[in-house]
Amino acid sequence: MIEIRWHGRGGQGAKTASQLLADAAFMAGSYVQSFPEYGPERSGAPITAYNRISKERCPVHSNIYEPDYVAVVDETLLKSVDVTAGLKKEGAVIINSPLSPEEIKADLKGYEGRICTIDAREISLEFLGAYFPNTPMLAAVVSVSGCVEREQFLKDMEESFRHKFAKKPQVVEGNLKCLISAMDRVKG
Amino acid sequence: MSIRERLSGNEAVAVAMRQINPDVFAMFPITPSTEIPQYFAQYVADGRVDTEFICVESEHSALSACIGAEAAGCRAVTATSSAGLSYMNEVLYVAGSLRLPVVLAVANRALTGPININHDYSDSMAERDSGFIQLYAENNQEVYDNYLMAHRIAEHPSVRLPLMVCLDGFITSHAIENIELEEDDTVKAFAGQYHPENYLLKKKNPLAVGPYGISAYYMEARVAQAEAMKNARRVITDVAEDFERTFGRKYGLIEEYRMEDAEIAIVLMGSSAGTAKAAVDGLRAEGVKAGVIKVRVFRPFPGPELEKALKNCRAAAVLDKSEGFSACGGPLFAETAGALFNTSCGLKMIDIVYGLGGRDFTVSAAKSVFERLRQIVKTGETGPVYSHMGERTNAL
Repeated sequence: MIEIRWHGRGGQGAKTASQLLADAAFMAGSYVQSFPEYGPERSGAPITAYNRISKERCPVHSNIYEPDYVAVVDETLLKSVDVTAGLKKEGAVIINSPLSPEEIKADLKGYEGRICTIDAREISLEFLGAYFPNTPMLAAVVSVSGCVEREQFLKDMEESFRHKFAKKPQVVEGNLKCLISAMDRVKG
Repeated sequence: MSIRERLSGNEAVAVAMRQINPDVFAMFPITPSTEIPQYFAQYVADGRVDTEFICVESEHSALSACIGAEAAGCRAVTATSSAGLSYMNEVLYVAGSLRLPVVLAVANRALTGPININHDYSDSMAERDSGFIQLYAENNQEVYDNYLMAHRIAEHPSVRLPLMVCLDGFITSHAIENIELEEDDTVKAFAGQYHPENYLLKKKNPLAVGPYGISAYYMEARVAQAEAMKNARRVITDVAEDFERTFGRKYGLIEEYRMEDAEIAIVLMGSSAGTAKAAVDGLRAEGVKAGVIKVRVFRPFPGPELEKALKNCRAAAVLDKSEGFSACGGPLFAETAGALFNTSCGLKMIDIVYGLGGRDFTVSAAKSVFERLRQIVKTGETGPVYSHMGERTNAL
């Protein structure tokens, strides 16, 4: 079983990103859980979402305290939230940032495991023309965690985008390029 | 043939409603059940159901509209949570006593205060005496399955009682998990059509609904209602058996997990049961004879089933996810203890109130409860019968 914790800010789509990851893993044949941790729903407030991905149905319905991977959708959270709390050393933290893993390490309270960064803003602006951090973050998490095999992931996501954007097929290609580019450009 | 899907608990309820296509859905939104009418409104807009979808001005009105529709012979549904359920309180009793089988989805959420949107059972436990049948679910699959069975149980001629299909707010309502959905036609055939014997608009047998019940009649009506709730035990079991024949998934009034030779057991409800099962698997691997009993049906209360399941246990902990303020323990404990009172069962039993207002329940918390039970068995000392778990002691 792979357990993943997402950190974001209300309105940025960390919950949606965790749902997209669940979709990708579901399409690849896994059992999935995707659930948000709700507090007062204020735009911009720190929020947490979770994923469990497993071969058998997971009966546990608690939050995740010792994740295998942590995804940080907004790097300004590093100042206020201990994002690597409980994160396994064998795992990784994946942060949306233009900085390199070495440059961001000082903000991670001594985390000893793998640190990855992805410039989701740059990739999103390049291929989607606007800032939607979810798509590149999703691809980076899939790439780093290996929770879905790359070719399978891209094939399933293409199908999903064609369904989701049935009324605007012109955006499918940009979204796919966004995924591929993020998988290639994740650092660390 | 089942359909492999992934859905939230709320969407699973909405899908079941769409497949059953009730005559009336009266809705007023409240977190965390709001998505149920939201999804359903889309089905209405898309012409996938021909339900009369009524947006009313309050929960009291939502259930009142359902009562009116049911009295007229229609199948009526609604959904709510927390304060919305409390606001229905008066009319819940009306639906129950008029013997109108309204099906109400409840995404359980704490009651104020402090104001809180997260999960516990204080809302539906406060309505346990309202005359509604109450079904609880561990996950999205069970919510969906309970919903498919709900109308048949509620509408059965020997029952005719309203029914709550409960799901854990956020934990189940908003979590996306795998689910096996059934084909629309199979579901429709299973749920059947509603043909009440008597209803308000039946020309040949005009009927008064909701008249004053003087002392010479009131008690007979209440006893008849109590008999109907007793009958529901059998009907819930029969419908579950037919459900298993049709869809292959088995349900009882309670679920026993690794109880065959269990010496210590946790009795609890809802999503926490899954977490406790994971703890049991861990302890079993270490040779500890632990088990879990999940109460799926709280009304009617499964007293005889609990007695049978617990009779060879040495110690059990009831986990209550609502306070109740009796100063002697929560409602699940009180009823379980009541069911065991006149039996020869030598069980030592404690109550732990936990998980209020969304306080998380973990595998390690479940293991700590089992550890306490092991100490009780070892020392023969029960210790405090009623306590709380998971709260900070230095919070103030």
